[in-house]
Amino acid sequence: MSTLPTAKAEPERSGFIGWGRVGLACVVVFALVLPFMSSGYHLFQYAQVLNYAIALVGLNLLTGYNGQISLGHGAFFAIGGYASAILVAKFGMPYWVTPPIAGMVCLVAGFLFGLPALRLEGLYLALATFALAVAMPQLLNYKHFDALTGGSGGLQLAKPGAPFGLPITSDQWLYFYCLGFAALLFLAARNLVRGRIGRAMVAIRDQPVAAETMGVPISYVKAMCFGISALYAGVGGALSVTIVGYVSPDSFGLFLSLSFLVGIVVGGLTSIPGMLFGAWFIEFVPNYADQLTSSLGENAKALPWAVYGVLLIALMFVMPRGIAGAVTAMAARLQRFTNATKRA
Amino acid sequence: MSTFAHQFFSGLAMGGVYAILALALVMIYQATHLVNFAQGEMAMFATYMAWNMMDSGLPYWAAFGLTVVLSFAAGVIIERVIVRPFAKAPVLSMVIVFIGMVFIFNSVVGWIYGYEIKDFRSPFPEKAWFGNTLMSSHESGVIVVTFLVLALVYGFFRFTPLGLAMRAAAQNPASSRLVGIKVGWMLALGWGLAAAIGSIAGMMAAPVVYLDPNMMSSLLLYGFAAAVLGGIDNPWGAVAGGFIVGVMQNLVGAYLVGTQIQLSVALVIIIGVLVMKPSGLFGRVIVTRV
Repeated sequence: MSTLPTAKAEPERSGFIGWGRVGLACVVVFALVLPFMSSGYHLFQYAQVLNYAIALVGLNLLTGYNGQISLGHGAFFAIGGYASAILVAKFGMPYWVTPPIAGMVCLVAGFLFGLPALRLEGLYLALATFALAVAMPQLLNYKHFDALTGGSGGLQLAKPGAPFGLPITSDQWLYFYCLGFAALLFLAARNLVRGRIGRAMVAIRDQPVAAETMGVPISYVKAMCFGISALYAGVGGALSVTIVGYVSPDSFGLFLSLSFLVGIVVGGLTSIPGMLFGAWFIEFVPNYADQLTSSLGENAKALPWAVYGVLLIALMFVMPRGIAGAVTAMAARLQRFTNATKRA
Repeated sequence: MSTFAHQFFSGLAMGGVYAILALALVMIYQATHLVNFAQGEMAMFATYMAWNMMDSGLPYWAAFGLTVVLSFAAGVIIERVIVRPFAKAPVLSMVIVFIGMVFIFNSVVGWIYGYEIKDFRSPFPEKAWFGNTLMSSHESGVIVVTFLVLALVYGFFRFTPLGLAMRAAAQNPASSRLVGIKVGWMLALGWGLAAAIGSIAGMMAAPVVYLDPNMMSSLLLYGFAAAVLGGIDNPWGAVAGGFIVGVMQNLVGAYLVGTQIQLSVALVIIIGVLVMKPSGLFGRVIVTRV
């Protein structure tokens, strides 16, 4: 019931590939049409969903596939964001070269954090990353880094417009900019988990001893997984800072890290496409809950978090594989149905 | 010199709070081998209850006692209703459930009481005891309370049949069940005790850090550091760890890195201990058979 799925690294190909293709096509068309259907603040929110989705894919690679619990991915999101902001504001780099650099910085940071983390199992790793998440805002605020980070005031960035004289607004351009990175990173993650390394990651999660016996280099895969996962979070952070145009230590508190966890659980542990839904959830549910609860008085703005909490626990009870798991199950049922009608 | 002594003793007092919190963490760890990430928020919730009771006119110690009892009941209920169904689930599911509880407590308190910082009264007199110039009465009071709690916990586990049964259930559930101990209820009792102990930590901390819904996240971090440093399966170690962390936090903050990044001290302690000596200073070394 409440156990985690022992998900296969390889999705079931025979079953529902037809429906999977249809779903993918729908998502792509929707994503491409979206910026011409909405504008301004909504478009900014959709772009932010994509950035969160990138970070969630990273966290899911680590937690869902590799079984290493991180409660501190907001910290890597912050490092990526700050790296990007510093490169633009202090070194005058164009904003579009910063995401890969921020990603590399986070890869190294994540790998280095992952090395000692190798010795920590489950709960202890959760503890260490929890500590990282709590301590991060203070570290970013540290006065000896003020020259770079701008201290508690943070850094302000100009909002970039569309290049090459493209006839689209700045918001539309930024959306496509994030969409490009998201598509690339989603594809990379999908290939990663379907390949040899992905199988090794899942094997380490489920049967570490057996995996080692079979010749999987456990420490290398685990540390690298941590690094790659941090890379994703870092790129997400860098993109997010570009579209927000502002960065400060307070944007990266413990609750950001925890809502990433909410995102991967809601979207579905061990699902890559599910992360889009997870990201949509953590971006928009606070808004909806806000509107719903505005009649309950000023303090009710806290209630979205209660919704999160209840949902987290409820999902663990009834749907441990999240939305993606539910959709997969439904698609499989649909496929069986169509197969049956074909045969008949 | 007197600044040093002052920093040292105020660190010791804060260390008392961390020690009590760490003790609560150890209670749950010993019984279920889980680290309760919601411990801090549960304590915060309890502290707000105490504040509410005092606000409506109850004397301090009545509110204190009532809060401890209510927290105990709440802890038992949480174990029975929320934690029990996940008894056989993997660690990740459990951590997620704890995080869910963190969200719920935090936002419910924010909803009911708001986010303004509130004053919380100290039960100890304004004037320092015995002409002690180095510590305020609250600071010395916290240390006394810490040792009182430790003594009670020790006495309970060492000298009462119920305590013995709880230790047995934690160490060897199968055999305990065979001799007629209700293992499930022992776990629930452990949660109740942890919640009660945690509420004391919250009420001792609130006069110093003031009352607000987010007061506990940093305290909990120091509590973790204390528990990990002392060995997460050892109550004595947890208390020693609490005092060490409290003093270190103050001294490192005052003389080395500045108070601005004190939380990183806890981060460094946690990672350092887990990497160098995962069993902590006083913990049992665990050998896993593969």
